Amino acid sequence: MSRIVITGIGLTAPNGNNLLDYRKNLLDGVSGVQDYEIRYVGKTLAGICDFDALKHQNRREIRRGTRAGSIAIYCCNEAIANSQIDWGQVDHARTGIYLGVTEHGNVETENEIYELSQFDYDVSVWNHFHNPRTVANNPAGEAALNMEITGPHYTIGAACAAGNSGLIQGAQMLQLGQCDVALAGGVSESIHTFGIFASFKSQGALAQHPVASEASRPFDVDRTGIVVSEGGCVYVLERLDDALARGARIYGELVGYSINTDATDFVLPNPERQSQCVQIALGRAGITPADVDILSTHATGTKSGDIQEIAGLRKVFQGNSNCSVNNTKSFIGHTMGAAGALELAGNLPAFDDNICHATINVDQLDEECDMDGLVLNTPQTLESVDYIVNNSFGMLGINSTVVIKKFTA
Amino acid sequence: MTPAEIRDAVLDILDTINPDEDLSSLDDEKEFRDQLDMDSMDFLDIVMELRKRYRVQVPEEDYDNLVSMNKTVAYLEPKMKDISA
Repeated sequence: MSRIVITGIGLTAPNGNNLLDYRKNLLDGVSGVQDYEIRYVGKTLAGICDFDALKHQNRREIRRGTRAGSIAIYCCNEAIANSQIDWGQVDHARTGIYLGVTEHGNVETENEIYELSQFDYDVSVWNHFHNPRTVANNPAGEAALNMEITGPHYTIGAACAAGNSGLIQGAQMLQLGQCDVALAGGVSESIHTFGIFASFKSQGALAQHPVASEASRPFDVDRTGIVVSEGGCVYVLERLDDALARGARIYGELVGYSINTDATDFVLPNPERQSQCVQIALGRAGITPADVDILSTHATGTKSGDIQEIAGLRKVFQGNSNCSVNNTKSFIGHTMGAAGALELAGNLPAFDDNICHATINVDQLDEECDMDGLVLNTPQTLESVDYIVNNSFGMLGINSTVVIKKFTA
Repeated sequence: MTPAEIRDAVLDILDTINPDEDLSSLDDEKEFRDQLDMDSMDFLDIVMELRKRYRVQVPEEDYDNLVSMNKTVAYLEPKMKDISA
């Protein structure tokens, strides 16, 4: 089986529009959560991205398309630029796009129904762009159109495990020989649908806090729930031989992954299945918990989710590992479909600087969220970083883990 | 609306559809497609905006009347003459 490496990263996060700025803000403790207001729900909080959409699209294209499409276009173009691959020479028919999404179409449908309500529900004003905007492959399809990529493109619906799932799908397609360059990761436009806020609120799982930057607080006793965020992160993946042949900069090697399913509840997590997911990924990577240097958690800041996740992780790591444990959502909120990919990206520079970024906003650690190695509020410098494990879990009990190894030839 | 006001209304719609387009040198005789970056979805956009803004219905068999500014204004004049600008 071919070895798969990461050779480019394009991202937009609520606290950075490229890897350098994003990483700097993670090390400096800078949150990207802001006050926000959305139709019907009113004042709330969100992670909002401020990337320049006009960098790769004109205003007509932006009007036609979706926010998820714009995020995908930005991230895919930036990833290709970052990879320094000679894009003009790359066979676009051998390039694939695989983007994870938590949901798609809610934003566009809500907007259309609101518009319809202004016309007394006369469906003759229903927008002719509704269908191309809401097809599930939209973000990947818009990126393909923008970049004239004619290889396979689609999205992977995997709730909040979608970012990891996109990455995994891209690697598999490279290993199957279906493409030579994979643009893989995840995107989210979820802050533009009131439904997601209202639903988390009805669940008692929507974060509230008088200070926006302190609202996302996984593991803290005063956590109140999820901060919904938008964002995107796309990796350029290549087979190792191809990457070496062109002298590519290699950010890391995907050496193990796993996706499994709880099959126990719509929303409540299952720590046993989560820990199995991690163990399967470690097994496939051929390593033990003792080999892991950084463990990036999924925790979203909900009362029960954080506790359940830590319970599952303790089973695998407690007493078996000296790994450092962090959480990126404490800075950027929950970027939904992008979360897995973005949270991994924020940790990858640790292969070079040996620093584990912190989990911020933990003023008082919930004892039930305690585990060995938690890096709280200030970054931690490690002796070396060879393996990063990144978890992302989602509703309907989907769990995902990826294991990235520092590249050595 | 007078023909001049209808022209302004159509110009405003074109500007909404493609804000990057320079409409100052638009030749009213020439077809839109020959001087603007427009595809079939953009023409549907014109129809939709006329419907939303002015409640003007343009049936599909009449779409050919929207090919140039002069033809569009001539076609819309009887439909929009009683609409205030």
